[in-house]
Amino acid sequence: MIALSIDGKKVWAKEGSTILEAARLYNIYIPTLCYHPLLSPYGACRLCSVEVVQRGRSRIVVSCLFQIEEGLEVKTNTERIQKLRRGIIELLLARCPSTERIQNLAKEMGVLKPRFSSENEDCILCSLCVRVCQEISEKKALSFVSRGTKREVATPFYQPSEECFDCWGCAYVCPTGAIKIENGKLVFPWMKKDLIFSKD
Amino acid sequence: MKIKTPEDLYMIKNEGLKALYPGKTKITVGTSTCGLATGAGKVLESLVDEVQKNDMDILIEKVGCLGFCQKEPIVTVLEPGKPKIIYEQITPEKVVELIAVLKRGEIKKDWVLCKMEEEECLVEGVTKKFCNEEGLKGVEDICLYQEVDFYRKQLKIALNNCGFIDPERIEEYIARGGYFPLYKVLHEMSPQEVIEEVKQSGLRGRGGAGFPTGVKWESCRNAKGDIKYVICNADEGDPGAYMDRSILEGDPYSVLEGMVIGAYAIGAHEGYIYLRNEYPLAIRTIKKSIEKAEGCGLLGKNILNSNFDFTVKINRGGGAFVCGESSALMASLEGKVGEPRAKYIRSVEKGLWDRPSNINNVETWANVPVIIARGAEWFAKIGTKSSRGTKVFSVVGKVNNTGLVEVPMGISLKEIIYDICGGVQGNKKFKAVQTGGPSGGCIPESLIHLPVDYEELTRVGSMMGSGGMIVMDEDTCMVDIANYFLTFLEEESCGKCVPCREGIKRARQVLQGITEGRGEEGDIELLQDLGAILKDGSLCGLGTSAANPVLSTLRYFREEYETHIRNKKCPAGVCRELFQYFIDPERCEGCHRCVEVCPQQAVSGEKRQPHSMDQSKCIKCGACVEVCKFGAIVKQ
Amino acid sequence: MEPSINNEKIDSIIEKYKGEKGLLISLLQDIQTEVNYLPREILIKVSKEMDIPLSQVFSVATFFKAFSLKPRGRHLINICLGTACHVRGAIGILGKIERELNIKVGDTTKDFRFTLETVRCVGCCSLSPVVVIDENTHGRVKQEKVFTVLENYR
Repeated sequence: MIALSIDGKKVWAKEGSTILEAARLYNIYIPTLCYHPLLSPYGACRLCSVEVVQRGRSRIVVSCLFQIEEGLEVKTNTERIQKLRRGIIELLLARCPSTERIQNLAKEMGVLKPRFSSENEDCILCSLCVRVCQEISEKKALSFVSRGTKREVATPFYQPSEECFDCWGCAYVCPTGAIKIENGKLVFPWMKKDLIFSKD
Repeated sequence: MKIKTPEDLYMIKNEGLKALYPGKTKITVGTSTCGLATGAGKVLESLVDEVQKNDMDILIEKVGCLGFCQKEPIVTVLEPGKPKIIYEQITPEKVVELIAVLKRGEIKKDWVLCKMEEEECLVEGVTKKFCNEEGLKGVEDICLYQEVDFYRKQLKIALNNCGFIDPERIEEYIARGGYFPLYKVLHEMSPQEVIEEVKQSGLRGRGGAGFPTGVKWESCRNAKGDIKYVICNADEGDPGAYMDRSILEGDPYSVLEGMVIGAYAIGAHEGYIYLRNEYPLAIRTIKKSIEKAEGCGLLGKNILNSNFDFTVKINRGGGAFVCGESSALMASLEGKVGEPRAKYIRSVEKGLWDRPSNINNVETWANVPVIIARGAEWFAKIGTKSSRGTKVFSVVGKVNNTGLVEVPMGISLKEIIYDICGGVQGNKKFKAVQTGGPSGGCIPESLIHLPVDYEELTRVGSMMGSGGMIVMDEDTCMVDIANYFLTFLEEESCGKCVPCREGIKRARQVLQGITEGRGEEGDIELLQDLGAILKDGSLCGLGTSAANPVLSTLRYFREEYETHIRNKKCPAGVCRELFQYFIDPERCEGCHRCVEVCPQQAVSGEKRQPHSMDQSKCIKCGACVEVCKFGAIVKQ
Repeated sequence: MEPSINNEKIDSIIEKYKGEKGLLISLLQDIQTEVNYLPREILIKVSKEMDIPLSQVFSVATFFKAFSLKPRGRHLINICLGTACHVRGAIGILGKIERELNIKVGDTTKDFRFTLETVRCVGCCSLSPVVVIDENTHGRVKQEKVFTVLENYR
């Protein structure tokens, strides 16, 4: 067992645990979006960022991936962290203004109206669906396609996948309800777009 | 033949010396990509033709880049006993006369850049004189290589062979001292001693971050695992930087030798060179070099009869700047997309295929054989206390003499831009120099005396990066530059993490708005907020340093932003929505050329009468400005 | 105008890389050099022969700018938009080529003569603005010379 401190409180957790896992043992709240205890952590939403002090140096790390060490000092809710989280939620709210999960998180953090123009997405590219398909059902039918601002989740060639066997794990784990089930079929965000398959 | 003993090496060295300094006239042409782009390929063909036609016994060789790209194509002529003459800007048309002049035993002085009476072989620490008393006559008026402004303050370590050897001939590399350091390492030094030497030298990563190389090697050596990798990062994505390409095209064996030395020190037997797809000549050159080195027993099994095995493979990039980031590069080497990962567990412990991996930049590897040969102490004397050795910079943009410059760390920006590269083009006013690529920042005139080293550049809001140095003048708009870099980063972001993907997009939208006259009060504060999110929240270096171009231009050129936002004007005359082209009736001669080239029929007028511009049609493409010989089209 | 696919050649390319999953990108590049783009059937074949999930192959094919999933023109125009070229007017050259060929970046002309792409720095900065067509680098390009340069490529 390794001893560390989170927000001044001394806690113990097994070697190899992440800060987030240690915090959850003690019901210390750190917000997350792309984390799921049954899937390997991904570190994409950055919401679970915390400040750590190591060898006198302070830096910001994501708690879902950072492994604990003896004597680590963790601060989960400093002003700098709060500002960062509000910034992330503001960016997500601008991307997904009508998504309930994001609206709730924003309200919780005191973010009302984003200073950016609104888009109209539901998917936050958290990769939970991709990870379920890779790690739980192991079908690997879903992956990220393109990059940067054009990045999205899709099956190969945006066509029904031969590998998919309708376990619906992706829809189950999706934090924003971007993946829907209609008439017993999975409906992904790209299907709603007027997309004649092209690489762009 | 496989080289096994020092005697074998010396034998090849002698062959190489004969090739470098044959007993007859030798002409070399710089045929790196930049040389070829200026027509060096055709110059080479014309030379071969002309020499054949004149039935002359002359050796013609291809060499790498001498660095003075502004003066390409560069041709050197070495006649036995005479100084080496370096000719500049030789075109195929000039070749006929050049050969005719040579046939007469003369020199075409109008076309000469400089002469070399001796050549320094840096690895061996010796100077080779190649002309006698007789040869020195008649060339007193030609300046020496060391006296040319462009070369005078340079000290070539990584570039020491570029332009002097045929990059494909391993014997020439060996003739200038190559592979003797490797022999020393494999037979006379232990891995720990090699690591100590590199640590003592103070060599820091030349790819950007500047991490101490010896320390990195040591961590990798100490990491648990039997299988380890050494990797050469040749992705060189920074726009404006091309030193890695020049080294790979001009002196590939230096990188290979460096990698074997590093692999031995670390205990790795497999290596990868990750090379940018946009560098086809570099790819061909390094592939051939690997084959040759394998053929000579300098790569592969039992190198130099030492029982040390090391093989290297080439992997090509697919056009993604983010793959210059080490964890994204390793993902790409695994056949996956170039998505970086958190580096809480460092790659020296778990990198490629989760095994200890040491990654270094091309220029870093190229320094290694020289450090082994000349010693850590020699290297550490060069440069500054925190930044030892030299750095290669690609100085481009609005300078008179663009090219590759290798200088000791600590030299000032002023010396590089003005003394070496001849100052700003066209006598325009210097405005800023951009260093560090898209992760760096702009440095204004007030800091022109800044000594160049890792810490100093970071202190002023920029960074060393891979060494790209872009000079900007009064006609450059700093808001446009910030917009340019953010547009670049937006396209190159892998898209994995929210701060980078969303943050860069929104910052670019704000900047674009400012350049298009839609800037609002509060935009600057918004950009600063986004900068903080990027810095604190991003997964990798692309994101964390994405704010640098914006924040550094805001720091030094805030009024320019404010003028765009409040007055809707672009002082430099770059942002198209914020200026108009106006035809000055005093200067316009009515030659009608602008009317002919205008794609929108925005210009009209009678021949020989002053013309006029229809602002509602003008798209500011600048085609008219290009063709106007009277400077009559001005920005307002 | 679909380029015809030489299946034997494709098979031999894949054979060369068999067992080397890490070299997927190099493999796709060799295929693209041969076929001019990455057809769907070939990507499916690569997935099977290399034992790499099709979703990963598709990810890689769409992530990297070097790859095209649509047929491209006979000649590939790459306008350099590197910083040095940018400050020396590359945008103007891009505009001129777009108007000249009546296409936008990423598109191919209707007669499949040209595909227009941009690249950030080919390292010929002293010759900016630079346009690379196929393997030829054209330096110091001026708007009025664009037509003449393009004429060389039929």
